[in-house]
Amino acid sequence: MKTPMNPDEMHVLVDQLPPEAQRQALAALTLEDPEAAATLAAWLEQRAGLMELHRDVLDEAFPATLRQAAVRVTALRRSLNRSWQHAGIAAGFVLAFGVGWTSHGQLAANQAPSVIAASGMAQHEFVRQASFAHAVYLPEKRHPVEVTAAEQDHLVQWLSKRLGKPLKVPQLSAQGYELVGGRLLPGDIGARAQFMFQNEQGQRITLYLGAIAQKSAKPEAGETRFSYQADGAAPSFYWFDQDFGYALSGNVSREKLIALATLVHQQL
Amino acid sequence: MQQQSIVAHIPGLRRYARALTGDAWAADDLVQDTLERACSRWRLWLAGSDLRAWLFTLMHNLFISQVRQGMTRARLVPTVDLDDVAHELRAPDAAIGFAIDLQRSLLRLPEDQRVVLLLVTMQEMSYEEVAKVTGVPVGTVMSRLSRARARMRELLDEPKERCASTDSADVTKKCAPVLRRMK
Repeated sequence: MKTPMNPDEMHVLVDQLPPEAQRQALAALTLEDPEAAATLAAWLEQRAGLMELHRDVLDEAFPATLRQAAVRVTALRRSLNRSWQHAGIAAGFVLAFGVGWTSHGQLAANQAPSVIAASGMAQHEFVRQASFAHAVYLPEKRHPVEVTAAEQDHLVQWLSKRLGKPLKVPQLSAQGYELVGGRLLPGDIGARAQFMFQNEQGQRITLYLGAIAQKSAKPEAGETRFSYQADGAAPSFYWFDQDFGYALSGNVSREKLIALATLVHQQL
Repeated sequence: MQQQSIVAHIPGLRRYARALTGDAWAADDLVQDTLERACSRWRLWLAGSDLRAWLFTLMHNLFISQVRQGMTRARLVPTVDLDDVAHELRAPDAAIGFAIDLQRSLLRLPEDQRVVLLLVTMQEMSYEEVAKVTGVPVGTVMSRLSRARARMRELLDEPKERCASTDSADVTKKCAPVLRRMK
C-alpha cells in the first residue's frame, strides 16, 4: 500500500479481501497515513458489527403466515401449466358474469320467475344480513374477527361444525387479499359465518355464508345464479347453491368483485 | 425444491428487514408484503434467475415506496413493544451496546444509504448485485456506500448518553441538532 487509497479501493479491501490482507493494509497505513488508517479501522469495525447485527433473527421461529405466503408463490408457479387448462373454463365463467352484469334488466330476464318467487324473500333477507354483518365488522380495529387466520384450521373446523357443512376458506391472494379470520353469526335457520380478507392497502372484503330457508323450487343441480347489489353498505355479489347462500361484499369496483367472486366460487 | 428455497430465504429477509426498519413488527410486515408481492409477480420470476436477488429487489421496492409514503416512520411509533426494548432497559453489555448504537445510527442514515450499506455488509452482496437490487449504477452504489460509512462513523462517534433515554422514533428530531459536532 504505497499509494494513497481511493475510497473504492478501501471499500473493496473492507468488503472483499481476506482478514490477513486487511490487517497488513491497516498496519501499513498506520505508518504512512494515520487518518486513512483510522477510517479503515472504523469501516472494518462497522462491517464486523453489521455482520453480527440481528444474527439471532436467523434462528428465530417466524410467523406461519410468512411460510404460507412462501409456499403459495411456489404453488402458483407450479400451477402455471395447469392454469392453462383451466383458463378456458374461467374465461367462460367471467364472460357469463360480464354479460349478466351489463344491465339489471338482462339479469332479471335471465332468472326463472319461479325461483325468484319461491325463494326471493329468504334470499333477500340473506343479502340484507350479509350487508349488515359487513357494515358492522368491517371498521373494527381490535376485534374484526373472532378467530384469526393464524388459527385457520381451528377456524374452519369450528365454523364447519356450527354451520353443519364442511367449509373451505377460499384463497384470494391471487387478487391480493389475505384471510384476516372469521366469526360465527346468527342467521334465519341456523348459524352463519363471515370470513374477512384484507389486502396490502388495508382494504377489507367479507364473505358471508350460510343456509337459507329455501322453498320447494330449487335451481337445477349444478346451476348457480349470481346477482349484484350495490345499494347496501357495500357492493355485494351473491349467489345460492341449493340451500346455501354466499355473499361477497366490499367497497371495490364491480370488476374487482367479479374477479374475487370468481375465485371464491371456483374454490368452494 | 423451489418451495424449500423460498422458505429458506425468509430468515435472511427478516433479518435484513429488521435492520432496515429497526422494528420487529414492521420488519415482518415488510417480509409479508414482499412475499405477497412475490405471489402477484411470480410470473416475472424467470426460471433459473437468482431467487434471492429477486426477493430482495421486491423488498427494496416496497420499502422505498413505503418510505415515500411516510409509512415506515408512522408505523414505527405505535409498534414499539416493551418486549423489543426490554434489553435496552437493562444495562447492556458492550456487544449489545454496540449493536444498539449500530441500529440507532442505521436508522438515522438516509434510506438509500442504509439499504446499500446493509446489502453490502449484512447480506454480503457484491456491488454489482446491490446495483441490480436497487436499480442504480454501480458508481452510485459506491458513492452511497462512501457516504453511508462516513456518516455511520460520525454517528457512532457521537456521545450516546444524551440520546439514550429518548424514544428511538424521536432520535432524529431531538438529538441530531444537539449532537452535531462543533468544528
